Amino acid sequence: MPHKIVSKTRISEDVFTADVETPLIARAARPGQFVIIAINTEYSERIPLTIAGADAEKGTIRLIWQRVGKTTSELSDMKTGDCISNIAGPLGKPTHIQNFGTVVCVGGGIGNAPLLPIAKALKEAGSKIISILGARTKPLLILENEFAEISDELIITTDDGSYGRKALVTEPLKEICRRQPKPNQVFVIGPAIMMKFCCDVTKQFDVPTQVSLNTIMVDGTGMCGGCRIEFDGKPKFVCVDGPEFDGHKVNFDLMMKRLGAYKEAEQKAHEMYKEHQCKIGLDKTMDDGRGTKDE
Amino acid sequence: MTEKQRQELLEQLLEKQKTGKLTPADRYAIPPQEMPNQDSVERRSNVHEVATGYTETQARLEAMRCLQCKNAPCIKGCPVRIRIRDFIAAIAEGDFKKSLSIIKENSLLPAVCGRVCPQEVQCQQTCTVGLKFKDTDKAVSIGRLERFVADLDKNQDAVPAVAADTGMKVAIIGSGPGGIVAAADTRKAGHDVTVFEAFHKPGGVMVYGIPEFRLPKAIVQNEIDVLTKMGVKIVCNFIVGRTRTIEQLIKEDGFDAVYIGVGAGLPRFMGIDGESLIGVYSANEYLTRANLMKAYKFGKGADTPIAMAKKVAVVGGGNVAMDSARTAVRLGAEKVYLIYRRSENEMPARMEEVHHARQEGIEFHLLQSPKRIIADKDSRVIAVECLKYELGEPDSSGRRRPVPIEGSEFQIEVDTVIIAIGNIANPLIRQTTPGLEFNKWGNIIVDENCKTSLEGVYAGGDIVLGAATVILAMGQGRIAAAAMNKYLAEKKTKAQS
Repeated sequence: MPHKIVSKTRISEDVFTADVETPLIARAARPGQFVIIAINTEYSERIPLTIAGADAEKGTIRLIWQRVGKTTSELSDMKTGDCISNIAGPLGKPTHIQNFGTVVCVGGGIGNAPLLPIAKALKEAGSKIISILGARTKPLLILENEFAEISDELIITTDDGSYGRKALVTEPLKEICRRQPKPNQVFVIGPAIMMKFCCDVTKQFDVPTQVSLNTIMVDGTGMCGGCRIEFDGKPKFVCVDGPEFDGHKVNFDLMMKRLGAYKEAEQKAHEMYKEHQCKIGLDKTMDDGRGTKDE
Repeated sequence: MTEKQRQELLEQLLEKQKTGKLTPADRYAIPPQEMPNQDSVERRSNVHEVATGYTETQARLEAMRCLQCKNAPCIKGCPVRIRIRDFIAAIAEGDFKKSLSIIKENSLLPAVCGRVCPQEVQCQQTCTVGLKFKDTDKAVSIGRLERFVADLDKNQDAVPAVAADTGMKVAIIGSGPGGIVAAADTRKAGHDVTVFEAFHKPGGVMVYGIPEFRLPKAIVQNEIDVLTKMGVKIVCNFIVGRTRTIEQLIKEDGFDAVYIGVGAGLPRFMGIDGESLIGVYSANEYLTRANLMKAYKFGKGADTPIAMAKKVAVVGGGNVAMDSARTAVRLGAEKVYLIYRRSENEMPARMEEVHHARQEGIEFHLLQSPKRIIADKDSRVIAVECLKYELGEPDSSGRRRPVPIEGSEFQIEVDTVIIAIGNIANPLIRQTTPGLEFNKWGNIIVDENCKTSLEGVYAGGDIVLGAATVILAMGQGRIAAAAMNKYLAEKKTKAQS
């Protein structure tokens, strides 16, 4: 069943958000879960996207993505009213929500999107929320207002100092960990490298830290094992054992390398897509450019 | 033998039969009909089906080889008890329609089973002709004959009759071979049937796992189309346990019975160093990328990439290992090594697949097993280190246990390693279905009717049996459907009284 995009907006240069009709997933989704989408059925790849919010009444989920490769570019070029052919989910184990006491929620870049529903739920459960949101530069910062609403304390950092503190998220995180009493729990979602360094910090202070991982996946239900990471020296599947893990036990170095496994192929696909989009602009009579339909 | 010679031979035999002079000796003298195959070099660079199928004359000649044994030992070798002797007799007579209808009494997917059943350890193992020649390879080619009549029926529009609506709702979880059969059989009884599939396309292992060159996707699609025509609803992208739980399906969505046929689960890894390196795949991932996601067309339409491997090591000796190795060949690998820790005799793969793999240039490394996988500084695979083995005493499986030879380590230079050593049960249903009982391996416990510990909930295939075959899954789908039909009939009577 195709899923209609009921609204779509660009929230920063390369980040987009869309509310998509998918009533069953909207009803079942819990913070921390994700979906797998395939834009078309025959040839599209399947990619995991985190659920940034769900409205059971309207029957929609909110997706937020960054334009990085072919599929996310294709998604970015879609308009309100267009349909995504396949959305499967909600996948992964939901976040364990409780009143932890003081929780630090650290978001980096697009990681703010999956972090928001988790922070909201933790707040509702009675936790005190300190949010640290990091971005490379001000225009790339997303969901600041939403976090401001639910945070007892909100710290913004940018790499270039264009907004908030000129720092990496690890700086304020370290300061907060030094406070007495120290925070009870940390959640970090963002680029792998950021999660790694945040975990290095919290480990020094012995503060439990959950990270949410976004590895390469095919099916998302445990069948392919492509998403596996090394956790405490053993293989774990992000799709069924995660996506959240105790960050102190994740082998981030290996995970980052695995994330780069298809870099060349991804670049190739992306370039071909961009080239194709240019051609469409020049000549509307061209075919869909997808090559022969069948061999 | 040319087609003309075959025709002449067939005519002579038919003439003899007519006059009652055809002897068993005449039948033994008929040369076993070889399956016509695509050229072994040519097929390395395409994904089309390897075996192209018997001609009519070949099929009838092969059918004439059947002795029509009174006790029909072949039938006992068939998990779903197809009346093999009779369908073969019908082929010999040239009545292919009748032949197919005999098969369909017991098997719903003959075009699939004719291709993927391990006949040499089932019906053909017990065939008297094979025993006479002391070679299962010379048994009557029951599978090829089954495929022949099934393929003649390819474009049929005949849809099985469906009984009047019962008002009962059946949920089938998984659209693999077991699910398809369970769906068809419960729909025939007049129930309102919905099949839920986690992937974006139905067909289960027949579309994501078994490659096109062994089982064309069009055949599977044909079976799915038949279900749709019968009025079965198919819902893709629906993950039972996540999108809805079994409890919700029964209590909130009004399903009266559920069949769980979710298939194989999580890929098993070896637990050796280096299994998470770049270039190490589970066979499930490799085959899913190549088959379902059509990664062989990456850059030519398809968006899913796959390692463009030059030197590949596949670990395992089953059909999935053969499929992976042969897929790697078709994706352009120059060298493909199949590493298996026992000898060829113990290989669980179908004989034909082993034979085809060898023809396609796959190098078998028997009595060897990887000890670790070695990478360069970027964590990309550069070699696999193996240990040599010898066969010791038989183990619990009855096969001789492979024993490592100390100090026998050596390395094979590869850029890709595919692990094809089986699966463990997927925990999703277990985690989300309270009250459902599982054994210690995580497989669902069922009774002889495939009924689980929950009322109205049935299960079959890999999630019950561990590693099984298409035909075994089908067999269980059929048993479960019969039990579900009975259960639903009783439920309805109770509700009315």
